[in-house]
Amino acid sequence: MRHIISILLENEPGALSRVVGLFSQRNYNIESLTVAPTDDHTLSRLTITTIGDDRKIEQITKHLNKLVDVVKLVDLTEGAHIERELMLIKVKATGAQRDEVKRTADIFRGQVVDVTSTIYSIQLVGTSAKLDAFLAAISGVTILEVARTGVSGISRGEKVLSV
Amino acid sequence: MLIRALHDEGVEMIYGYPGGAVLHIYDAIFNQDKVEHILVRHEQAATHAADGYARATGRPGVVLVTSGPGATNAVTGIATAFMDSIPMIVISGQVESSLIGSDGFQETDMVGISRPVVKHSFMVQNPEDIPMVVKKAFYIATTGRPGPVVIDIPKDVTDPKRKFPYSYPESVKLRSYSVPAKGHTGQIKKAVEILLAAKRPVLYTGGGVVQGEGSALLTELAKTLGYPVTNTLMGLGAYPGTDKHFLGMLGMHGTYEANMAMHFSDVVLGIGVRFDDRVTNAVSKFCPGAKILHVDIDPASISKTVPADVPIVGSVTSVLEEMLELIKSSETKVDRKALDLWWKQIEGWREKDCLKVTPAENDVIKPQQVIQCLYDITGGDAYVSSDVGQHQMFAAQYYKFDKPRRWINSGGLGTMGFGFPAAMGVQFAFPGAVSVCVTGEGSFQMNLQELATCLQYQLPIKIVCLNNQALGMVKQWQDMQYGGRYSHSTYSESLPDFVKLVEAYGHVGIKIEKFSDLKTKMEEAFALKDRLVFIDVMVDPMEHVYPMSIKGGAMKDMILSKTERT
Ligand SMILES: Cc1ncc(C[n+]2csc(CCOP(=O)(O)OP(=O)(O)O)c2C)c(N)n1
Ligand SMILES: [Mg+2]
Repeated sequence: MRHIISILLENEPGALSRVVGLFSQRNYNIESLTVAPTDDHTLSRLTITTIGDDRKIEQITKHLNKLVDVVKLVDLTEGAHIERELMLIKVKATGAQRDEVKRTADIFRGQVVDVTSTIYSIQLVGTSAKLDAFLAAISGVTILEVARTGVSGISRGEKVLSV
Repeated sequence: MLIRALHDEGVEMIYGYPGGAVLHIYDAIFNQDKVEHILVRHEQAATHAADGYARATGRPGVVLVTSGPGATNAVTGIATAFMDSIPMIVISGQVESSLIGSDGFQETDMVGISRPVVKHSFMVQNPEDIPMVVKKAFYIATTGRPGPVVIDIPKDVTDPKRKFPYSYPESVKLRSYSVPAKGHTGQIKKAVEILLAAKRPVLYTGGGVVQGEGSALLTELAKTLGYPVTNTLMGLGAYPGTDKHFLGMLGMHGTYEANMAMHFSDVVLGIGVRFDDRVTNAVSKFCPGAKILHVDIDPASISKTVPADVPIVGSVTSVLEEMLELIKSSETKVDRKALDLWWKQIEGWREKDCLKVTPAENDVIKPQQVIQCLYDITGGDAYVSSDVGQHQMFAAQYYKFDKPRRWINSGGLGTMGFGFPAAMGVQFAFPGAVSVCVTGEGSFQMNLQELATCLQYQLPIKIVCLNNQALGMVKQWQDMQYGGRYSHSTYSESLPDFVKLVEAYGHVGIKIEKFSDLKTKMEEAFALKDRLVFIDVMVDPMEHVYPMSIKGGAMKDMILSKTERT
């Protein structure tokens, strides 16, 4: 099962490498990882998506909690949550395909954020599955570059992750 | 400032080796007499000595090494301490801040290299941070599940010209680090109910009981209940080895009765243990009929390999205290009838006498006999540090430790070269005690340079070398699994003359070759109370360690001798 683990981490040198190191050291996989400081600059928020059965995820969260730099964490997939990922994608857009790409982007609520006579750069936000679906939808088009941020997320409703 | 902070933290002794990046610190050491510095001959030995000191005293061991090779030499010792949850502070020098990242002379990323084998690490950025970092480092190393902490200090940060107002913090609070204190009362109640209802119980206890100072409470618990106890390799001494409730060590080279009792039990109470693969054998076949109750201070240890029916996270002492109270006030009493039957069954297994030693012919010495002799001569009251190999297992099986912190060995990492420097740390901690190192001719050669340190500080360690002229444990596996093809495990033609070797370092060497000489010569060695004596005992080179669990089997599946299996 895919899990999204969100972590509040001390914004200290070396902290990120401890988290990443833990995953490689214990043979856990990282599907995606995002990290940036929060409104409180002493804290970073880190979101990791990983795959594993319940026992593995329990071990992962226990070991993460053991890291001295980890202040708090939550497995977002345990409850209702919102997940988002941003993708920037550069495609060839010439001839008939130019309109086709634009239309598909509109359907997916993507925006063309840069354009030349032969190229569109499109920005798309959504769940990872939606981004995957968009890529599938334009599979006939020549894709020049894809940059995805990885998943970020928060819980729905009153539940918050804070110190 | 660093040395002052160490002193304020209560440090009396540090083990170290100088070099460019720590010269400011060494100058500070020279100018004071509060913290004693012990000069070893190799940084690995500094870490093992600090480790031995920590295991024997319960106080953190402190190490000081220079950058680059000094730091990397310390890594094996840090990993050794990490695997066995030993509190240790390793201070490593680092190149000047301005040079970090430039591949400067003797620069290595110590925080990076040590990361997987430390509990935590710090890189000190400013001189004024030193007191707080030291305070935090000791707090983290010694609380919860203990472990090594690295403090990496760039040279400019210890520059005496950079002055600042010093004050040592009284306490620390880390928002991201909390220590589980008391176990969950509901869980403890549940565990006690199951424990009292047990018909075939076993208390399976380990290093956590030693580290957590829980031995007295464990003994009380076992005596109150009348239940059998088995210890892991790390837990020996947590429960008195000569007590009739003690089944001996369990696991790969554990006793027949301990492993059989585990396999056929209906309730296993694991305390300060981690269900290591050397204990459980195949996890899928582990204790098929048992409910598992697991007490540990580290939540990540619980249900890691074997799922616990009742997990309890808390310090050993608080949980055992609560358990004892509940047991005393409980309406339910131990099922004496079932317990009697259980003990009868255990006595039956005991009758097998799996550790019986058959004397060899032609006056050849059996390694087991050496440990038995050592036990008799020291009255069972020595601190025994061990290296890694067959000799380690013989020591664990035949020396009956009645007290915790007497058996000092690298259980988790299995580091050859650990024993001798660890015995130094023990002797530094307790100058008047009998500090013995049980070693093999292979392991001893991995840190023998410390003979010089022992001369400098007049350490009267007794080194008992079970000389089988081979990497015996490797050879045993080659006998059992590789058709006796001794690939690079024997070297009888190239062994040093250990007696001459230790004499060159100014110590006493005694060689024993005949069983008929064993007792008198050992006594002779131990009578030299203020000298280091190396006792080179030539033992039967073909001896194997038994019992030995059968790979991939259950705990009950054991090889008992060269001709017998369960
Ligand atoms: C540093 C290190 N290298 C290799 C090993 C693998 N190993 C385990 S036991 C052993 C043999 C030890 O030989 P010796 O010290 O003579 O002890 P014996 O088994 O002969 O009693 C070896 C090589 C190890 N544990 N540690
Ligand atoms: Mg040997």
